[in-house]
Amino acid sequence: MISPRTKVREQDPRQRACNFDEVSLGFNLEEARTEASRCLHCKNPRCVAACPVGLDIPGFISKVKEGDIVAAAEVIARDSSLPAVCGRVCPQETQCEGSCVLGIKGESVAIGNLERFVADYSRENGCAPGAECQKLDNPCKVAVVGSGPAGLACAADLAKWGYDVTVFEALHALGGVLAYGIPEFRLPKDKVLAPEIENLRKLGVKFECDCIIGRTLSIDQLLDREGFKAVFVGSGAGLPKFMGIPGENLNGVFSANEFLTRNNLMKAWRSDYATPIFVGRKVCVVGGGNVAMDAARTALRLGAEVHIVYRRSEAELPARREEVHHAKEEGIVFDTLCNPCEILGDERSWVRALRCLRMELGEPDQSGRRSPVAIPGSEFEIEADTVIMALGTSPNPLIVNTTAGLEATRRGGISADSDGRTTRPGVFAGGDAVTGAATVILAMGAGRKAAAAIRDYLQDK
Amino acid sequence: MFTIQTKEMLTPAVCRMSVYAPRVAAAALPGQFLIVRTDEKGERIPLTISDADPLAGTVVIVTQKIGASSARIVAMEVGESFADVVGPLGNASEFVDFTEEEFRKSSFVFIAGGVGAAPVYPQARYLHERGAHVEVIIGARNKDLLIYVKEMEAVCDKVHICTDDGSLGFHGVGTALLEKLVAEGAVFSRAVAIGPMIMMKFATLCCKKLGLPVTVSLNTLMVDGTGMCGACRVTVDGKTRFACMDGPEFDGYLVDFDEALIRLGQYKAQEAEALKND
Repeated sequence: MISPRTKVREQDPRQRACNFDEVSLGFNLEEARTEASRCLHCKNPRCVAACPVGLDIPGFISKVKEGDIVAAAEVIARDSSLPAVCGRVCPQETQCEGSCVLGIKGESVAIGNLERFVADYSRENGCAPGAECQKLDNPCKVAVVGSGPAGLACAADLAKWGYDVTVFEALHALGGVLAYGIPEFRLPKDKVLAPEIENLRKLGVKFECDCIIGRTLSIDQLLDREGFKAVFVGSGAGLPKFMGIPGENLNGVFSANEFLTRNNLMKAWRSDYATPIFVGRKVCVVGGGNVAMDAARTALRLGAEVHIVYRRSEAELPARREEVHHAKEEGIVFDTLCNPCEILGDERSWVRALRCLRMELGEPDQSGRRSPVAIPGSEFEIEADTVIMALGTSPNPLIVNTTAGLEATRRGGISADSDGRTTRPGVFAGGDAVTGAATVILAMGAGRKAAAAIRDYLQDK
Repeated sequence: MFTIQTKEMLTPAVCRMSVYAPRVAAAALPGQFLIVRTDEKGERIPLTISDADPLAGTVVIVTQKIGASSARIVAMEVGESFADVVGPLGNASEFVDFTEEEFRKSSFVFIAGGVGAAPVYPQARYLHERGAHVEVIIGARNKDLLIYVKEMEAVCDKVHICTDDGSLGFHGVGTALLEKLVAEGAVFSRAVAIGPMIMMKFATLCCKKLGLPVTVSLNTLMVDGTGMCGACRVTVDGKTRFACMDGPEFDGYLVDFDEALIRLGQYKAQEAEALKND
């Protein structure tokens, strides 16, 4: 008989709707050991196969069960350089936990929460594993463009193999989407993100902020003048999309990227930071992905009434179940089957309402989801003074346009094979810059694959 | 890093600084801008680049005290450092790709309003050095607020001064002076207007009337400056464009200035509050 899944403690929804402290409080040692004891230690662990970085999940869980958290952290460190981040933001339900045998008849092992526990516990108790680096006689210099999940994962592996790695970051803070996109209440910056990046510094990785590859330096300059033998491009997702409906440039309409960047990177939620943010009384967030949830829950915490406006039904929401659940608990209203067709402004050109059409679900589209069809004559208005567009991104053309021999995909991303090799020898790419917006862990997986391809490339050279 | 090497007040509210930022200095071309942050808690402030010395590793920035953050920049002294200087951002002016012949054949008139004279300077010099004919109209409310007059005289064919109150040069605004020059027979192949958004709007209207193509450099709101946030979006030729990625320079005829002016005022209430609390 398998015991039920251990519930993770969370901040009360009413309380957390008013603060930016972390929602999930995580397991304590006792809870972690109880949960770890549920793992069946399958001979052919499906969870490992479903993890983009191939983490030895049963291996670390058995150490947790024994109460040897230091050893558990060492097992994790072999495959992941950002366990405290992944334990928090990975879509475990579609990856490791989604493949867990226990989940077939009951509830899967809480792998994400266990990973998070191991990372937090070892950090807080000063026993995080110091990974060992190989010593190369004449280490080649490798440049990594972007300090998001893809770049960090790539840099970590290369540093462990002894290469001399420099990460170039365009913004003033490290972490890419982990810093500007994911809010504090899902991923605390100082407590969790900064120490994980510090661990990379301890591996010898160098970081240079305020350096935009494609503007400050080109890839060609990195290779020809700055002495780098290979470059990994993990420059992220790119430019925010808008709907192309009337009124989108009214005051009070923001991309989710702008809203989240002001709040997370520029810390506009703190009164001691100078960057302003406008929230208004009533906010409509258009879109149904994780970024939409992050924007909505941020606006809520800044004091607004918040509606998610999504054109399909709730079943098709692309956001993680957990995020939707949390958002609802906190009081966010979901206006589904509802598609904006115009943003209406007042006499000062500020948003006053969102005009929408009611939708119904028709035939499945290419993505397999039933496509929404507008119901004629169903137009109605939702009063709002802020509209946040969370519709995804289109690739930033900067690096492709400024690098000779680097080809783009039809959709504008960097063209690369499954190991990250681009059309230009010595230049590798992975993460959202290649695939378009995806997840943190997929980007990390791509970064690790590219790191291996870079090692092969440099060894053959 | 990013240490202020020199500082001088050009007017009581406008200062010029040279700042150590070697990577930006090495890459900067006319038309581009940069972003600074004074300290850990500061905003990211876009500023035009008014000169760059790749050998010394310095860039020259000109800042006008307008809000709380720009006042903080102007209050900084030699020896102090910015937390961040990042750039160059945006695209270089179109003319950097001119052929020798195109340079020789072109005749530019710049209309510089207020601190707009600072980013005009490297453009005028670049063109003049390559054989283009360059005239510059520098305008200000009164003679004490004129900047870059001497500097400009050294790098172009002719400088024309205008002041709103007539305290120096032509009595009136830059566009009126441009109309007068053209009426008197001056022939230009292109105008470039850089200054406050409202001034660029009227410069564009004036150029349209004169049948003169005009380039404007849009000083929109901006957060990251790398294309990520879309705060800088403007409508150009009916399409949404990002000033940081597609600009900052655009064909003035195609810019929706009225929308751009409204968007500039988006954080006015918060800015006023910040000034009051400072």
